[in-house]
Amino acid sequence: MSDFDLKAATQEYATRLGDDSVVLGHRISEWTSNGPFLEEDIALSNVALDYIGRARMYYTYAAELAGNGKTEDDLAYTRDMREFRNLLIHELPRGDFAYTMVRQLLVDVFNTHYLPELAKSSDSTLAGIAQKAIKETRYHLRRSHEWALRLGDGTEESHQRMQRALESLWGYTHELFDADPLELQLAEAGVGVHNAALRPAWLAQVSAILTEATLTVPKDDWAVRGGRVGYHTENLGHLLNDMQFLHRAYPGCQW
Amino acid sequence: MMTPEQNFMRKIEAEEKIEPKDWMPETYRQNLIRQISQHAHSEVIGMQPEGNWITRAPSLRRKAVLLSKVQDEGGHGLYLYSSCETLGVKRADLIAAMQSGEAKYASIFNYPTQTWADIGAIGWLVDGAAIVNQVSLQRTSYGPYSRAMIRICKEESFHQRQGYELMIALAHGSPEQKAMAQDALNRFYWPALMMFGPHDAESAHSAKSMTWKIKRETNDDLRQKFIDQTVPQIEFLGLAHPDKDLKWNAERGHYDSGEIDWQEFYNVINGNGHCNRQRIEHHVRAHEEGAWVRDAMTAYNAKQQAKTTEQRQAA
Repeated sequence: MSDFDLKAATQEYATRLGDDSVVLGHRISEWTSNGPFLEEDIALSNVALDYIGRARMYYTYAAELAGNGKTEDDLAYTRDMREFRNLLIHELPRGDFAYTMVRQLLVDVFNTHYLPELAKSSDSTLAGIAQKAIKETRYHLRRSHEWALRLGDGTEESHQRMQRALESLWGYTHELFDADPLELQLAEAGVGVHNAALRPAWLAQVSAILTEATLTVPKDDWAVRGGRVGYHTENLGHLLNDMQFLHRAYPGCQW
Repeated sequence: MMTPEQNFMRKIEAEEKIEPKDWMPETYRQNLIRQISQHAHSEVIGMQPEGNWITRAPSLRRKAVLLSKVQDEGGHGLYLYSSCETLGVKRADLIAAMQSGEAKYASIFNYPTQTWADIGAIGWLVDGAAIVNQVSLQRTSYGPYSRAMIRICKEESFHQRQGYELMIALAHGSPEQKAMAQDALNRFYWPALMMFGPHDAESAHSAKSMTWKIKRETNDDLRQKFIDQTVPQIEFLGLAHPDKDLKWNAERGHYDSGEIDWQEFYNVINGNGHCNRQRIEHHVRAHEEGAWVRDAMTAYNAKQQAKTTEQRQAA
């Protein structure tokens, strides 16, 4: 491991986590003024805001480690789709309310297991960001858990929509527990997290919630991967078109 | 012994607040429902033109600020619907009246947000005009409305500063950014003046509302305040004032200004502005798309309640 550059790896890792956050935050923000009722519109905007806040912290740290004068905005606004490293589940469209809430449930449960591990990181900045994010994530999970129950065990229609969303998202959850050599080395170095080890607890908790919500846990018979190597779904390009258009149209400006 | 009506007028004159359980004339109640619900709808519909730029905000900081602002507007909508409900109406009925066009919302939101600078112009001018009006409404005679206004004003002032700060960044930025700022000012200045409503002589609800102290200052007086306060703000930005007839009047101690295009004002109020149809259709679509969610909630709550009752009976 002599050729392992810890600082460069941490910078890459912070960028990946920033990508996850900005992309999901952007997706959730698409709900603003489109929610099923006003209270929920406000709550979703709040969740989006938490993710944008996380993205800013991760990116700012990545930029600081790069030490080349770049900023959080350079990372968010000037990289192209193939350079983004977010996990695919975050970039999938917002879909209907069931789809959004199932994705949140899957991601929120993951984060409630992942963030406490990251909070133990020997890297104090990453640990600090995780510490702050844990509190937000507990609130996010309380919401997505309640919605899973209401919609899973609500009407026939809401149940079907939830089950359908679950089936179409499940194959994207496997990637949450992957680790490439960089993430493995970071985990070994005490900076990152052994994601694969989180799956049993994640599966147990997700299964318990789904069962309580009268939903069926899907089979593990398909998986789509590629986010961490920049092999994305078609959705991300369109998301970036929106997100980056203005920043790119007037290069070099302060906003 | 005073009649309820005399007692009501005594309170109004003594600057005592009218509270939900107090006797009030039916027309006072109707007038308040109209005004408060219109205000609530404005907050909610206003989320659309600003929400239009959330996904395209040019920096992460601006994106967060805008998201948080739009979220605040939704929150204002909630307080206002709640204070309106103290008058014995249901939020669902108020929303239905807005969707059918029977209840109005602020016409300013029927103008499109075409560029990023419009987000700054809305924060600065539209929230600025709203604050002038709302500061005066903090003293309105109906207690719940007055308290909602006090809370809302604090947040609106914050939004206005953020909007102006966005305009400063553009006006002091590249030539393209400065042009974008000027263009937004040109498009939003006159509609912002229209937010104060028709001239006092033409205003349908003004006289009664003033007597009952629902409104505390007239449309024209409030508009004049806004015109006066905006002049130095435009100067500081180094932008050209959109009103070519604007002139300081030393005798009045105010600026004289050009006439508003009242034909445009009534055209938009009557539903024929750029975005009137779009705004309502958007609201209806989101509401209809959310119907199954609301139904599921009701069904789930009913099931839970039935379970609790069953358990209680078994015990």
